[in-house]
Amino acid sequence: MTFRAVKEKYRSKVGEVILGATKSQGGTRGHTITVGGESALPFLHFEGEIPNRPVVALEVRDVAPTDWHACFSAYYGDVFADPAAWAKKCVDEFAADLIVLHLEGADPDGKDASPEDCAKVVRNVLAAVECPLVVFGCGKAEKDNKVLPAVAEAAAGENLLIGVAEQENYKSLTAACMVHKHNIIAQSPIDINICKQLNILITEMNLPANRIVIDPTIAAVGYGLEYGYSIMERARNGALQGDSMLAMPMIGNVGYEVWKIKEANSSIEDFPGWGQQETRGILWETTTATALLQGGMNILVMRHPKAAALVKENIAELMQKSELEN
Amino acid sequence: MFIIGERINGMFKDIAQAIRDGDPRPIQEWAIKQEAGGARYLDLNTGPAAKDQVKTMRWLVEKTQEVSNLPLALDSTNYDAIEAGLEICKHPAMINSVPAEWPKMERVFTMALKYNAAVIGLAMNEQGIPKDADTRVALAMELVAAADSYGIPMEDLYIDPLVLPCNVGQDHGPEVMQTLRQVKLLADPAPRTVVGLSNISQGTKKRELINRIFAAMGVANGLDAAVADACDPELIEAIATARIIMNLDIYCDSYVELYRKQQK
Repeated sequence: MTFRAVKEKYRSKVGEVILGATKSQGGTRGHTITVGGESALPFLHFEGEIPNRPVVALEVRDVAPTDWHACFSAYYGDVFADPAAWAKKCVDEFAADLIVLHLEGADPDGKDASPEDCAKVVRNVLAAVECPLVVFGCGKAEKDNKVLPAVAEAAAGENLLIGVAEQENYKSLTAACMVHKHNIIAQSPIDINICKQLNILITEMNLPANRIVIDPTIAAVGYGLEYGYSIMERARNGALQGDSMLAMPMIGNVGYEVWKIKEANSSIEDFPGWGQQETRGILWETTTATALLQGGMNILVMRHPKAAALVKENIAELMQKSELEN
Repeated sequence: MFIIGERINGMFKDIAQAIRDGDPRPIQEWAIKQEAGGARYLDLNTGPAAKDQVKTMRWLVEKTQEVSNLPLALDSTNYDAIEAGLEICKHPAMINSVPAEWPKMERVFTMALKYNAAVIGLAMNEQGIPKDADTRVALAMELVAAADSYGIPMEDLYIDPLVLPCNVGQDHGPEVMQTLRQVKLLADPAPRTVVGLSNISQGTKKRELINRIFAAMGVANGLDAAVADACDPELIEAIATARIIMNLDIYCDSYVELYRKQQK
């Protein structure tokens, strides 16, 4: 018998989700972005197709952040007060593939911005950049159920990615995404069973599976990254073996998770052995992101422009087929 | 594990009658019903009553394909009838079946390769059905080696350890389970496995219960497919649950509904 290389054969693949819509598609984006579609485990080009590279998003807020480390002022200080200008800077200067807009201002315990004001911010950001847009609410379900449908309506046709839907609160956002034709982020608390069930619940409301992106909830390196990673691995293996309710692309809030930990923020004076704070933070965010890439993450939401650049470089290398291919 | 719907078989009175009358309705009704129930293949067996096996098989294939897109398992000991059916199958089919005997294996594996069909290989030969697991496994390995020599990939070979009714051949039960396990251990890559599930309960008073429990035990021992009653919802539920317990599918609250949907 002749030698045959042993390769895994998979029954199925991860579904593709298209973000954004161009003028001819009813939106105003300069281009769309497709995520997912892989028919092998991450970057194993010799076992299947990896048709779309993972993308790097940068984070923008509708109100100037008060809890970000001072090192970010050097990059975003001039645009903190203007989300549209901030988004434009992320695309033009820091080469973000797409923008993630957090509507923190909607928080009833904060600025308590009205749904109309939030929708206006979204429209302004859409007008400032040509790339597809992801919108997160403030994280308080009751308010988000008012804000996100308003955003969905105001941006009808733009094919946004809007989040988050959770097991206990998915109906109003799913309905809004159905009516105004957007994609939805289905978030589960590091729980593969809830992840799968939520996707079933959303598709039972007739939002197609190819309009869902999974947020498995991840953590920074050193803070339980491996829990989220193992959930991602199981979801990917499930998807490749034909489990259609786990076969969605995944998104992770890397910047948010990394920049709340002490390893990213503490000064060198406090921990002389740890090295310079900003370099350390950039590397922590980069390392977290590159680990998640190996777990199958498709959309990395990042904060530091230098970390984003390093990760994009890593993605470009990983997308090159290895010699095994030949 | 998936189900090959067993119902379009000339051994059943309504199908035998339909074949005699040339009436496609019962066949098409069962095709639709079994597909809705969760069958992934439909077994077609002309039965002993059909005078012209070749013509009858072609007719069954034609009439079934008019109403169902499922792939077909052509079930006959008459290989000319199977080949006649394979010629007109729209999707890669399954040949049911071949024993570990020459020259039958030559005919079937050549045919399988030509029509890109899967094959059910029976763990028996001229001497009949083995009494123990060891002999079954030995015959299974003969089938594996023969299929491989023809270039049939292992995911297209389904080993059937042969199930006897539990009220007649009770001592065969543990041998069948052991055969399922051994077949998966002894070949790498391993072939797939299949059983004629309803045989286990033939002539008993608790047919559905015995079928379900056997299916669940089969899943636990490496069973991949079963020619079975696709219209028993509780059988599908038992299989879906066994798959969860064996960690073959990831649990979620709607796992039964999802399993049923994903068979389509």
